[in-house]
Amino acid sequence: MSNASGVATGGRTNSLSLIRLLGLVIRRDLVLAMRRRADVLTTLVFFVMVVSLFPLGVGPEPDMLRKMAAGVVWVAALLASMLSLGRMFSADYLDGTLEQMMLAPQSLSVLVLGKILAHWMVSGLPLVLMAPVLGLQFDMPAQALWVLIAALLLGTPVLSMIGAVGAALTLGLRGGGVLVSLLVLPLCIPVLIFGAGAVEAAASGMNAGSQLSLLGALLVLALVFTPWVTAQALRISME
Amino acid sequence: MAINWFKYSAPSTFYGLAGRLLPWFAWSSAILFAVGLYISFFVAPMDAQQSEAYRIMFIHVPTSILSMFIYLVMAGYAALGLIFNTRLSSMMASALAPTGALFAFISLWTGAMWGKPMWGAWWVWDARLTSELILFFLYLGFISLHASIDDPRRADRAGALLAIVGSVNVPIIYFSVKWWNTLHQGSTIKFSGTSMHIAMQQAMYSMIAACWLYAIAVTLMRVRSIILERERNAQWVSELAEVRL
Amino acid sequence: MSLSEFFAMKGYGFYIWGSYGLALLIFVVEIALVRHRRTIALQQLRLLRDAGEEE
Repeated sequence: MSNASGVATGGRTNSLSLIRLLGLVIRRDLVLAMRRRADVLTTLVFFVMVVSLFPLGVGPEPDMLRKMAAGVVWVAALLASMLSLGRMFSADYLDGTLEQMMLAPQSLSVLVLGKILAHWMVSGLPLVLMAPVLGLQFDMPAQALWVLIAALLLGTPVLSMIGAVGAALTLGLRGGGVLVSLLVLPLCIPVLIFGAGAVEAAASGMNAGSQLSLLGALLVLALVFTPWVTAQALRISME
Repeated sequence: MAINWFKYSAPSTFYGLAGRLLPWFAWSSAILFAVGLYISFFVAPMDAQQSEAYRIMFIHVPTSILSMFIYLVMAGYAALGLIFNTRLSSMMASALAPTGALFAFISLWTGAMWGKPMWGAWWVWDARLTSELILFFLYLGFISLHASIDDPRRADRAGALLAIVGSVNVPIIYFSVKWWNTLHQGSTIKFSGTSMHIAMQQAMYSMIAACWLYAIAVTLMRVRSIILERERNAQWVSELAEVRL
Repeated sequence: MSLSEFFAMKGYGFYIWGSYGLALLIFVVEIALVRHRRTIALQQLRLLRDAGEEE
């Protein structure tokens, strides 16, 4: 039984408030992730490498790179997110923790949200911090860099959340990362369109407000629906 | 079809019903294709702007419409199977998927074939064509997920969840692609003239109906095979005439 | 309109017949595949029945 209010009621040790539960789950996952720091770094390195591949493929002409920049950074962020999805539930699935979570009296949706947020902090947030550096590689103007950070900040959690549904559905299946990507990438296209659109608008001196608010709307939608949908997907996969 | 609806929700009874209905759908589809193609090529006049090339529309538009319609029906059946735990509903969803995907593919191919003479490129990032491409990916995702899971019950339910998430996303995806397209001033596949010549309308309706009946016929046949595969241990299956030989 | 004119379709013949041709091909292949699936399913069932009768 979870207390619906956000305040931990003192003295009641057998019911956890939602916020405290969220905090516990996030802290646990972060601690576990820190023990395998290499995982964090590989996602980041992949991101940097993919972005660097594009100029090598299309040539170093600055005008063209400037035009491509927003799209390239976003596609790379998308791909890097996809790569890291396998890690979201697999460790807990393999050692039985996931089963325990499902049997626990606490709301599975909240537990899942905690895991998704922790995953984002480890896989998505580094991308947000790295992106401006890569933007400079493409000669992005300053105002575009700020919008890039904002857009990725709004968009990468959505990618993690949509990815969580895919990761939950493909739990334990062979086919690995490719299958999840096939399932999840089409659903992530709106985020890509609005995210890259925001940066491009800022780069050409226009206001990126509408794209950013659309990204915000997607974030809210995802926050409301994906934890529950992911929990259902986990139940389907674990039966 | 309100009479004794639940009688046919069991695979055993539906198998027989589907078998009896099949020829009707197959033949009416063939007739409507013949009628539609005749009107498309011999009755409908040449278009002022697009000359003869516009006739591709009579296969492109029906397959597009059907691909989207089939996806919704597939998701609907999948949802029914998920909510009510009815095996047959999930089997229908699996049966619809390949047909829908193939219609989406035909739509993409004919769209490209239409685009090349009209706009000079094999692919135009038109909002509708791009959304169709994404729909094709959604179909492939559903089929792959189903194929990757060995346990039929988990496969049905996982596929259903994916299909439902996909359908909810389709309006969002379409809206974002439309916005993206207008921003980049892409071309739109529009039709010339204010209203369609009556023969063109007749041809279009015939072809849409023909494709729809074809889809039903193929799906009924496929679901019969799926029923045979999944219910292989059932008594009624071993007593079928075609198995007894 | 003569037959050769019909096939040429004012120069658009390749695209028109390429479209309808592919659609026809896919319909034919799909029907063939579905029928094949049924054949295989029935074969499997007969094998199952035969194996059952041997016991």
